Amino acid sequence: MTSPAKFIGRSVPRLEDRPLLTGQGRFAADIDFPGQWIMRVVRSPVAHGEIKSIDTREALKLPGVHTAWTAADIAHIPPIGFRLTGLKQLEAYRQPVLAQRYVRYVGEPVAVVFADNQYVAEDAADLVEVSIEPREPTLHASADLGVFDHELTSEAGVVEKAYGDVDAAFAAAHAVVALDLSIGRHTGVPLETRGAIARYDAERDVLEMHGAAKVPHWNRDTLAQMLDRATESVQLYEGHVGGGFGIRGELYPEDVLVCAAALAFKRPIKWIEDRREHLIAANHSRQQHHRIRAAIDAQGHILAIDNEFFHDNGAYMRTHAATVPDLAAAMLPGPYRVPAYRAKGHIRLTNKTPCGTYRAPGRYESTFVRERLIDAIADKVGVDKVEIRRRNLLPKNALPYALGLDTLGTHIVYDSGDYTLLLDKALSAASWDELQSDLKKRRAAGELVGAGIAMFVEKSGLGPFDTVRVEIKPDGAIEVVTGVASIGQGVETAIAQICADTLGVDYKTIAVTHGQTDRIARGMGAFASRVTVMCGEATRLAATKLRKEVLRAAAELMQTGVEALDIVDGEIVRTGGPGPSMPLAELARALPHALSAEDTFESSHMVYPYGVHIAVVRVDAETSGIAIERYMMAYDIGKAVNPKLVEGQIAGGFAQGVGGALYEEFLYDDSGEPLSVTFADYLMPTAREIPETSIILSEDAPSPLNPLGLKGAGEGGVNPVGAAIASAIDDALQRPGAVTQLPVTPQRLKRLLAGRRQSSTT
Amino acid sequence: MKPAPFVRHVPKTLDEAVRILGEVAPQDGRVLAGGQSLVPIMAFRLAKPAHLVDINEVAGLDRIDNDGKMLAIGACVRHAAFHKPAVDNPLGRLLSVVARHIAHYPIRMRGTFCGSLAHADPSSEWCLTAATLDAVMVAKSARGERLIDAKDFFQGIMSTALAEDELLAQVRLPLLAPGAKFGFNEFSRRAGDFAMSAALVTWRMQDGKMREVRVGVGGAEPFPRRIAAAEAALEGQPPGDTAFRAAAEIAASAVDAMEDHQTSADYRRDLVRAVVQRALEMSAL
Repeated sequence: MTSPAKFIGRSVPRLEDRPLLTGQGRFAADIDFPGQWIMRVVRSPVAHGEIKSIDTREALKLPGVHTAWTAADIAHIPPIGFRLTGLKQLEAYRQPVLAQRYVRYVGEPVAVVFADNQYVAEDAADLVEVSIEPREPTLHASADLGVFDHELTSEAGVVEKAYGDVDAAFAAAHAVVALDLSIGRHTGVPLETRGAIARYDAERDVLEMHGAAKVPHWNRDTLAQMLDRATESVQLYEGHVGGGFGIRGELYPEDVLVCAAALAFKRPIKWIEDRREHLIAANHSRQQHHRIRAAIDAQGHILAIDNEFFHDNGAYMRTHAATVPDLAAAMLPGPYRVPAYRAKGHIRLTNKTPCGTYRAPGRYESTFVRERLIDAIADKVGVDKVEIRRRNLLPKNALPYALGLDTLGTHIVYDSGDYTLLLDKALSAASWDELQSDLKKRRAAGELVGAGIAMFVEKSGLGPFDTVRVEIKPDGAIEVVTGVASIGQGVETAIAQICADTLGVDYKTIAVTHGQTDRIARGMGAFASRVTVMCGEATRLAATKLRKEVLRAAAELMQTGVEALDIVDGEIVRTGGPGPSMPLAELARALPHALSAEDTFESSHMVYPYGVHIAVVRVDAETSGIAIERYMMAYDIGKAVNPKLVEGQIAGGFAQGVGGALYEEFLYDDSGEPLSVTFADYLMPTAREIPETSIILSEDAPSPLNPLGLKGAGEGGVNPVGAAIASAIDDALQRPGAVTQLPVTPQRLKRLLAGRRQSSTT
Repeated sequence: MKPAPFVRHVPKTLDEAVRILGEVAPQDGRVLAGGQSLVPIMAFRLAKPAHLVDINEVAGLDRIDNDGKMLAIGACVRHAAFHKPAVDNPLGRLLSVVARHIAHYPIRMRGTFCGSLAHADPSSEWCLTAATLDAVMVAKSARGERLIDAKDFFQGIMSTALAEDELLAQVRLPLLAPGAKFGFNEFSRRAGDFAMSAALVTWRMQDGKMREVRVGVGGAEPFPRRIAAAEAALEGQPPGDTAFRAAAEIAASAVDAMEDHQTSADYRRDLVRAVVQRALEMSAL
């Protein structure tokens, strides 16, 4: 980049909005192929049991029904493998594409029917008779071990992470603070449900799957392996995606089924998930139970943390394998100095929907746990919750800070940060001292109001690589081709901004192609807040290369030296002043070969943004209702490519955080029957429940790991919301440590209020 | 999420509608008006009616009539018809206050007043309104027409006195006395959700005292009803915090509160206490 940034750092409008706002979006359900069959999944109505028989005869008699499959028909297809954190010992717990001998959750696919249309397919699915002998379900991860099958127990594995001498620290401690905390089962619920449309092109011998999202290349490679095909003979295509949040786009049984069926029947096969299916079949997340202890000195400095937790992974280990408990254990220490640390996470299977990652996986959970612990330490030593944080925060000069733990195949090294500075900024923006005196007055007048605070370190920019190709076409069009994906976060805009500044063109002239496996050989996709960091830097590298190539070629044509030329607004101009110039398109036309450059950014370390959230809540003692009066979020992003997009990420994440804190929870009855299968039972907050928020974006700590200083934006809005709201509720009730369980439903709050009344009368 | 096969009948007159309903009722025929409850239930295949008698094209069912004593609401009058007062009487304002608590705007544009009553969800705002104001239901079938009082109409969770071949053709609500006071309050976890408890109160002031007090509670029991003990406690009292608190307490202990996995009876009684008190406070503003 020679000239100052014109686009990076500015909130330019999103490039991707036009088709979405004019009804031209192309989501999975919009894709149809002539002659397609509709697939409908027959799902287990029983949480745990042995399949005695599956009778499809009545279903097959129905006009318009073509065929049906049970596990026996696809015995050659292996279970779906692990994409991340795939410990070998977990493999026995992978999910078969169709249930074999046992069913292990309500909603597990046991058969599929193929029919002319959705109506007939559903009629046929109703006619499939599945006979299951029920077995005792395991529903609580921290209860006694249950059985997975005749050999394996319900403990699939244990995540252990530690450094320092924990036992010595506890032995020498001034005091020990111990808490028992749990986080409810909830998940990302995108507006668009899942969908997959597969078709086999015999002429090219290519299997296509449309409706891909998040990680098209990994899914392509895995599907090819599972279906025993050459990698290039399977291609995945990402259309518009109505939300991802970690759960959409992972490789699920239904994706494999449509592909296998398209190959077997030489017909396009379409499957679109309905909402009830989505709530029982797509990944759940978050459910954990922690027993945490801290050893502290007399001033409340942490000497050691020892945490044992139980991670409820549902019925099987899916693509994320141990990712969520691994991240929970690895990220728990957060922004504080923890001299010795030990975490033991039991990965337990239960007869509930299998789990995977959900935005800020493992961190929504462990931030809740850690920040509850910090509040409890404050109470124990009798200082306020801001002061206790100041005492324990890692100072600026401690960074970069090697935590001494690993996750996602990387060593955790906090790359840059000034945690105290951001805390000060947040407190000042919230007028914390005035807020405290105002709340005190209101409480004295009988109101139950309080403020909470939570701090956290996020992770982002997971490698190991991203490759980008930038091309200037003969018509002057500029295309960036990448193997990342768009789940709605604004990839096209942010990447175009970086490319535009590097190359010297308007960002609007750049088209960003993503999620198409036939356009680029490899790619990592969109997860772990990685895209802007990894793909952004790869784009900068490739565009820098292309710029050199352009100037070299232009210098020849314009008969001048490379150093005398620049690219400004898409024109090759002379740096020295006026003189002949040449539009990029003209250069592209003049060259016999395409103007194109490709480069790869590799990174073996993640980058670590960090934040502070402050919540003010009011509790209604009569109805046990909770209102969030104010909510403030400060986040250090290193460098925001497009501040408005970052704010959008934070605001959206916050709403999901409120869901997990107050509303959303998948509940089951004692037989394992899911009780939250519609939006009337699974309560997602709406615009009416989400208060206005204020967001402070700071750029005090650019990452030293990439030249632009980028860090990821995706998860800072959601990470500490449960923690901050819990802290505020405690304060409103004037009962430190009251909240031990999320979500804080009215029924649970009523119990806390009853406890408050008792303690105030005794 | 597609419904099981069904036959849709589209009568043009009320007589034709009840004739068809009489024919198809024994084969699980159901009336379709706004469809805001029935259609989702069919999409889940929890209901698989073989026949739907779609009354949306029956002329005249979207009328609201006022004879000076009663407001007569036809079977196809939508919730949204009450967004603005439908009659120049305190009842018109009452209905417009209550209507805004029903679900969300798109649902209010389609769902019907009479459909809510026929569906008889325990937490329905219109069911509470009908019970509190002693509405009269006009049930029509090929056999003829009969009137059913609100207190006899509701029989249980989503269960009414309507026979399977009867169409709820009209609901009549008595107009309120000029100057009548009313108050409404409900609690739900999210705006627009089914109320976990709701209260509607009306009274008129005479010589500084509350007269003709009605206190209705919905969402707490299998169907809404007037709470006579709470009404008696208020009757003849001056409006104010003491009377309101006492009545709310009486209402809370009078209900036989439903329980579900998220809501204990005890908690629901808390809510009854709160909504009754808040409805009373609103009525006195």
